[in-house]
Amino acid sequence: MRGSFENLVVEGVARFLVPFIQLFALYVITHGHYGPGGGFQGGVVLAASMMLLRLSLGEEYEHRRFSPTVASTVAAVGMLIYAVAGLLPLAWGGNFLDYAYLPIPGLSSAELRYHGILIVETAVGLVVWGTLVILFDHLIGREP
Amino acid sequence: MSALITDYTYITTAALLVLGLYGMIGKRNLLKKVIGMNIFQTAIFLFFIQKATKPGATVPVWDAQISTQAAGYINPLPHVLILTAIVVSVATTGVALALLITIYRRYRSLEEEIILERMRQAL
Amino acid sequence: MNWLTGTVLALFFALLVYAESDLPDSRDPSAPTRTHVVPQYIEQSYPQTRTPNIVTSVLADYRGYDTLGETVVILTAGIAVILILPRNAGRG
Repeated sequence: MRGSFENLVVEGVARFLVPFIQLFALYVITHGHYGPGGGFQGGVVLAASMMLLRLSLGEEYEHRRFSPTVASTVAAVGMLIYAVAGLLPLAWGGNFLDYAYLPIPGLSSAELRYHGILIVETAVGLVVWGTLVILFDHLIGREP
Repeated sequence: MSALITDYTYITTAALLVLGLYGMIGKRNLLKKVIGMNIFQTAIFLFFIQKATKPGATVPVWDAQISTQAAGYINPLPHVLILTAIVVSVATTGVALALLITIYRRYRSLEEEIILERMRQAL
Repeated sequence: MNWLTGTVLALFFALLVYAESDLPDSRDPSAPTRTHVVPQYIEQSYPQTRTPNIVTSVLADYRGYDTLGETVVILTAGIAVILILPRNAGRG
């Protein structure tokens, strides 16, 4: 089943734009160290691309590629990554969320904290992405 | 009081806060109450961001020319707090809308009086 | 809008205007919001974390515990929406 529009232009433009939106979302997440950006904003942009596909191509069609189950899994995995990134330094002799004690060999303390921030931003991006797709899917569901 | 005239952004924030509070306590439609809550949250975001500014300072991204002089950057802490608060406000709005959908499915209305009347009938 | 709502709103606005006199001036460099932990964040962020964006380093490193809590709040909101509005309630 197609979306509520049955319009070739809407469908084509959505199909054309979505890869660029998702690439931009990855850029926003990874560029958070050097400018405006980060996990929260990038996750929202990724979720927006999913919502555009669901609106233009139809829910049932899009659910085959990114189902609500996958969305909740993504959110939970993001939370797990964040918690593990906090607990690993605890096991290696530091404080909770002290990335200077992350077990990555061959890096200085400042570089370890740089990479810890990247891991945490990615985790936050996954949580926001999954949660916003969950919100969209469940809010527009039909009346039982 | 003279600061109120020079600090005109604060008056804007206060007006938005009053508008949001009016939406929450003055309106009888539950969806309008949620909209009022969103206006209230946005006013608080604006308040934090406006208090982060500093005359003659730039964005809090490392600049080799300014180096570690704290006076050269605006306050990064309100930006951090509001960055998380914005996403949390979206999430709370989602939960509020889900509750509204559930209420509408049970009582077929979002008007407070009609819902209360139908709750009394159901008792 | 009845008189009670109007009174509450007027009192709230008066409280906000009254509270403004206690806020620090936005041009005051020695305001409490600028002298507490913020100078340390600005001065130590780049040497300690190699992250030019101070907002990101404060968000994910210095205040990572705060962000962890906020992320839990977001995930909890998503789970709450799943529980309030189950997708396959009609199909059983």
